[in-house]
Amino acid sequence: MIAGPPTIVSHLVDTRSHDATGAPRSMGFFTDTSICIGCKACEVACKEWNHVPQDGLDWTGESYDNTGCIGANSWRHVAFIEQARPVRQDDGAHGDLRWLMASDVCKHCAKAGCLDVCPTGALMRTEFGTVVVQSDVCNGCGYCVSACPFGVIDRREEDGRVWKCTLCYDRLRGDMEPACAQACPTKSIQFGPVDELRRIADDRVRTLHRRGVSEARLYGADRDDGVGGFGAFFLLLDDPEVYGLPPTPVVPTRDLGRMWGAAAAAAVSMVAGVVVAALRSRA
Amino acid sequence: MSREMSMVPAAKPRTYYGHPVLKPPVWSPEVGVYLFTGGLAGGSAVLAATARAQGNDVLARRALGTALAGVAMSPALLIKDLGVPRRFHHMLRVVKVTSPMNLGTWILSGVGAALGIAAACDVLGIMPRVRRVAETGAAVLGPVLSTYTAVLLSDTAVPAWHGAQLELPFVFAASSAATAGAAATILTPQSHARPACAVALGGVVAEIAAAEAMKRRLGDAGDPYHGGESGRFGRVATALGALGAGALVLGRRRRPLAVAGAAAVLAASFCERWSIFRAGTASASDPRYTVDLQRGRLTA
Repeated sequence: MIAGPPTIVSHLVDTRSHDATGAPRSMGFFTDTSICIGCKACEVACKEWNHVPQDGLDWTGESYDNTGCIGANSWRHVAFIEQARPVRQDDGAHGDLRWLMASDVCKHCAKAGCLDVCPTGALMRTEFGTVVVQSDVCNGCGYCVSACPFGVIDRREEDGRVWKCTLCYDRLRGDMEPACAQACPTKSIQFGPVDELRRIADDRVRTLHRRGVSEARLYGADRDDGVGGFGAFFLLLDDPEVYGLPPTPVVPTRDLGRMWGAAAAAAVSMVAGVVVAALRSRA
Repeated sequence: MSREMSMVPAAKPRTYYGHPVLKPPVWSPEVGVYLFTGGLAGGSAVLAATARAQGNDVLARRALGTALAGVAMSPALLIKDLGVPRRFHHMLRVVKVTSPMNLGTWILSGVGAALGIAAACDVLGIMPRVRRVAETGAAVLGPVLSTYTAVLLSDTAVPAWHGAQLELPFVFAASSAATAGAAATILTPQSHARPACAVALGGVVAEIAAAEAMKRRLGDAGDPYHGGESGRFGRVATALGALGAGALVLGRRRRPLAVAGAAAVLAASFCERWSIFRAGTASASDPRYTVDLQRGRLTA
């Protein structure tokens, strides 16, 4: 954990989801893992607000993480990574263990695979730019599960439908902060308009680099990446895969044109093959 | 201790406690079976129309019946797979071009309707012009039914499916033709079965070739096709396909041999599709494929 000075708190954002005219804004999360303390208040607050069922009470033996991964019944997941390497703490003391803690969540991709492939229209883009499942429409086909490059959305066995983070759609409509962000005691989870969060994140990376934390990098803040940028992006202190995240995710539908092209070519070849085989064998 | 022991420790894959990055597909075995029944229906619709154009009504009627059986079974399998089966009709509340499953539902419905009309007219001996239009419609949509399932699997984040996007439609198209020909070979009297036999033979050879090409180009990302359950079914598919092709060639004038060959081709195609279906689970469950492919450490 790299504690920051109080200056980060001065970056408080206007968290209202509507602008002065009442129009909705594109809202998201900036999860700054460098100040996460692994308290899991986000996991608890999410469950409480969204009535997410319990996800098993198991000891995994994987550091302090007994949640394991994001799933239908865990919409926030705090990862704990213990790395044996020399570290210098802010008070000048030296240690030999680096703790990484990071609260993962649905990325609310600008180009969302789950949304693209959903055959019923149950998955939709909200007025806040977030991606939400309409549980009264979802018929549990499970296509979105395989189309998500992050392994976020999943089917809940008890009711057959898919579930994931809604970025607290109900709270946003009432100009309230999502439950996880409000509960976060260190502002590791910051909620606000995505554009503003990107500016804050850039500042934060510069600050950390100046302090010698050269491994600080943003994950998902680039609009030109394979999913068009995340609505919920991160500041990480190691490679994404160390946190269980894909290094360069791409929305599967990017190649959809090519796929249909190949399918059309195959379909035509098939008809030609059948006709030729049938004609030649008549004689 | 071996003299060639490396002085550098093997690069440890960096993952989060070895957890998969992706969620494995949640599709039940019924979907794997549907890949077969849908393909059988699509191929049989084409074979039926071709036989009709040749004036081979005996073959046409049997291919039509097979196609109808295939599209009749398919919705039942697909609905059974749903998490909320009573909401199956939600698939048809929108037309969504970015969703191969949505388009597939429309295609399956269209082929089903066309085949139903064609078969009813054929059996009742009424409205020959309507029957012809319906048969032609089914023959046009049939190949799409045979190949859209490849787009369905490729349009996922699963490396073994997504990476196979160029070859998978050809595997499914060939398999579809092979099964249509094989089923018709079994059901049709020898005097009228020669075109069906030829289609089965050509189809199964093309299927084995396309599947081989797919696995080769996939490189490391294709590992799931070679190991475990998927690898076993893939090898059985190739062996049965080769045996079936041989039997079809030798069985030109020996009906029992031709029927045995056709049965082997049907079994081979089923195994090939099952192998592909299961490879998706293996591929998504290992974070190595997701991470190392994206890092460029694996070939694809």
